Amino acid sequence: MSDLKLMKGNEALAEAAIRAGADAYFGYPITPQSEVIEYLMAECPEKRTGMVVLQAESEIAAINMVYGAASTGKRVMTSSSSPGISLKLEGISYLAGAELPAVIVNVVRGGPGLGTIQPSQADYFQSVKGGGHGDYKLYVLAPASVQEMADFVADAFEIAFKYRAPVLILSDGMIGQMMEKVELNDQVERMSDEDIIQKYGSWATTGKKGRERNIITSLDLQPEKMEARVQALQKKYERMENEDLRYEKIQCDDAEFLIVAYGSSARIAQKAVQLGREKGIKVGLLRPITLFPYPKQQLFKLADQVKGILSVELNTGQMVEDVKLSVHHKVPVAHFGRTGGSIHTPEEILEALEENIIKDGSIRHH
Amino acid sequence: MTEEIIIAGFGGQGVLSMGKILAYSGVIQDKEVSWMPSYGPEMRGGTANVTVILSDERISSPYLKLYDTAIILNQQSMDKFEKTVKKGGVLIYDPNGITQHPTRQDIKIYQVEGYRLASELGNKKVFNMIVLGGFLKIKPIVHLESVIEALKKSLPERHHNLIPLNKEAITIGMQNLFSHKLEHQSAVNHS
Amino acid sequence: MEVLDIIRPENQVFCKSGLMTDATLSYCPGCGHGTVHNLMMEVIDELGIVEDTIGVAPVGCSVLAYDFMDIDMTQAAHGRAPAVATAISRTWPNKYVFTYQGDGDLAAIGTAETIHACNRGENIVIIFVNNGIYGMTGGQMAPTTLVGMHTSTSPYGREVETMGSPLKMSELIANLPGTYYVTRQSVHTHKHARKAKKAIKTAFQNTRLGNGLSLVEIVSNCNSGWKMTPNESNIWMEENMFANYPLGDIKVKGKLRQIG
Repeated sequence: MSDLKLMKGNEALAEAAIRAGADAYFGYPITPQSEVIEYLMAECPEKRTGMVVLQAESEIAAINMVYGAASTGKRVMTSSSSPGISLKLEGISYLAGAELPAVIVNVVRGGPGLGTIQPSQADYFQSVKGGGHGDYKLYVLAPASVQEMADFVADAFEIAFKYRAPVLILSDGMIGQMMEKVELNDQVERMSDEDIIQKYGSWATTGKKGRERNIITSLDLQPEKMEARVQALQKKYERMENEDLRYEKIQCDDAEFLIVAYGSSARIAQKAVQLGREKGIKVGLLRPITLFPYPKQQLFKLADQVKGILSVELNTGQMVEDVKLSVHHKVPVAHFGRTGGSIHTPEEILEALEENIIKDGSIRHH
Repeated sequence: MTEEIIIAGFGGQGVLSMGKILAYSGVIQDKEVSWMPSYGPEMRGGTANVTVILSDERISSPYLKLYDTAIILNQQSMDKFEKTVKKGGVLIYDPNGITQHPTRQDIKIYQVEGYRLASELGNKKVFNMIVLGGFLKIKPIVHLESVIEALKKSLPERHHNLIPLNKEAITIGMQNLFSHKLEHQSAVNHS
Repeated sequence: MEVLDIIRPENQVFCKSGLMTDATLSYCPGCGHGTVHNLMMEVIDELGIVEDTIGVAPVGCSVLAYDFMDIDMTQAAHGRAPAVATAISRTWPNKYVFTYQGDGDLAAIGTAETIHACNRGENIVIIFVNNGIYGMTGGQMAPTTLVGMHTSTSPYGREVETMGSPLKMSELIANLPGTYYVTRQSVHTHKHARKAKKAIKTAFQNTRLGNGLSLVEIVSNCNSGWKMTPNESNIWMEENMFANYPLGDIKVKGKLRQIG
């Protein structure tokens, strides 16, 4: 267990970025994710791997630094929390429009406005329905453990470069601040400049050498060309849905009732499932690991099996809309969730399931 | 085995680090662990608490409503967490500064005078290790050697000279855990 | 004699840089942007650094600079070019990285990015074209618009009381310890263009030597926005713009100079 460590989610993410062979990190401190840049600064990755770490003057500058490094084929990451992500959205839209690979991390806190520094999942819409301006989507990974905070960094880079698109890791204050046992990957060597030029020379702006010039832009003033560009993006998103959907089913085989939850809520809901089963309620959990793409088909199928679905999130009801869209009114769907930085307990979730979904009490007599 | 613990007190009492040492000891013994703190400005001067879970199985929720054990180090935390101990569970507290002592009949209540003992030892910083010793006396879920190993791993090297002192503090805590309910408080004799 | 008899190599006295593409410039006839582009491409060509140069285009009239400069270029969000260039320079320390920005981009929406890139002393070149107006969006007031100047958003003239004074970015930036070379030039006559080219060359040479940040401000005309003929605009520029934005070196080799 040489590389088995007890780390905060934020620290594990930072360490994983170094080990994934990231070339650069640009960020700006904000609670509850400041440990990411603090950890990176303390680790001196410039010495360890040559990775550049820079504290930018704002989230806006940070995301545009990401844009700059990404435009040259470098593996680059930034992280922030909700208000900071709002500031980054212009840059994120540009990254999507210019088709640049990058990893963005949101350790969500409660909003709107300055809100609270406590955990929340109120940025679901912002994350999966675009957020910034224009017709684009982000590939969104939702870690539910410190281990996944670490593992998803390399996964996110892989997806980002596979599709030349920005990838969002949607965490929250709970997963970011908590410590768990984490097994870290071995160090992946950073790509050399020569390899980057070789591998991404068809698009990256690394200097016009032995080829035509490369241009990175999201601008097309001719509507026909811009339409084609947008359509090409949509093709990419379709491919993501076909090839890179991720989800986890927990005790769904015999489930009569279903909870859908991601990230921290999925962890809490898992305990609610356990408590429910102890009471004789056959309840299962579907955990979307990617929020876009979303496990629509899986939910559609599960709706034939279960009598009702409870969507659980730390907000006033956002993902529940996707659950409803997926199940086509086959079964009742309800939302439950605390918000504003309050966290629901497993007991509260179970109670909500019983009150909102298992109304007739039929299964209690099983 | 699954042990769900809340440790709560003032910021600066070493609440979070006590939880960290406990969690790290669990990692050393190859257990599943989670450490979920309250965070933010409330840590500075206000109350701080951390939920620590050690288990032989994958941990589901790191955030809980009820706990097997509550370690309580100030009155505010007593007000908030006495009621969150599961029936038959354990409440350990330092009576220093406590005006409303716990009253529940359906849980086991213990005192460890961490503050007084740390003062006597001449180093108030090991207060949290004395309390941890008290906890380990009643709930020996990790070995003392694992705790020492955890201290080595989580303390910066320049503070490794303090490990013997921390070990002594844990031992003192183990020897000075008293059952709250007994009229004549006596050291708990636990195998 | 036919025209074709005159168009012969031996009669040629001027041509655009080989690093300018054949795309027709989108700038208004009489505008200084095209000249600045050409001077930059000449410098990059003469220094033999095209393979290692990465440019960052702004938002504004010169948003399409990458259509005209035959080099690798990235188009940045409005005002963010210095942040974009920072990251390119940090991750490719041996490359020549420049931004090309107008006054709205550099001195209004991107003020923070400009000041902080300068303050960190990034090893980049900033080419700042200041024409005192927002050209592309149709002649609105810029931070550098002169007092009393009429624009579509200061239709009765810029008033200091409510709109503030013209922002002298170069002077501001020159006072930051991070900047190495700050100069103000123009390109409206051959003589001025030659001096501007020399300044641009100095800036790129500074990058080569790792000296840090060089900023070349080009005070330029906007005959469309100013609603003048090109010639009138150049005269108006000499009489009014240069009075507010005097030409010359402001900081050389990290040391402030007195100008004006």
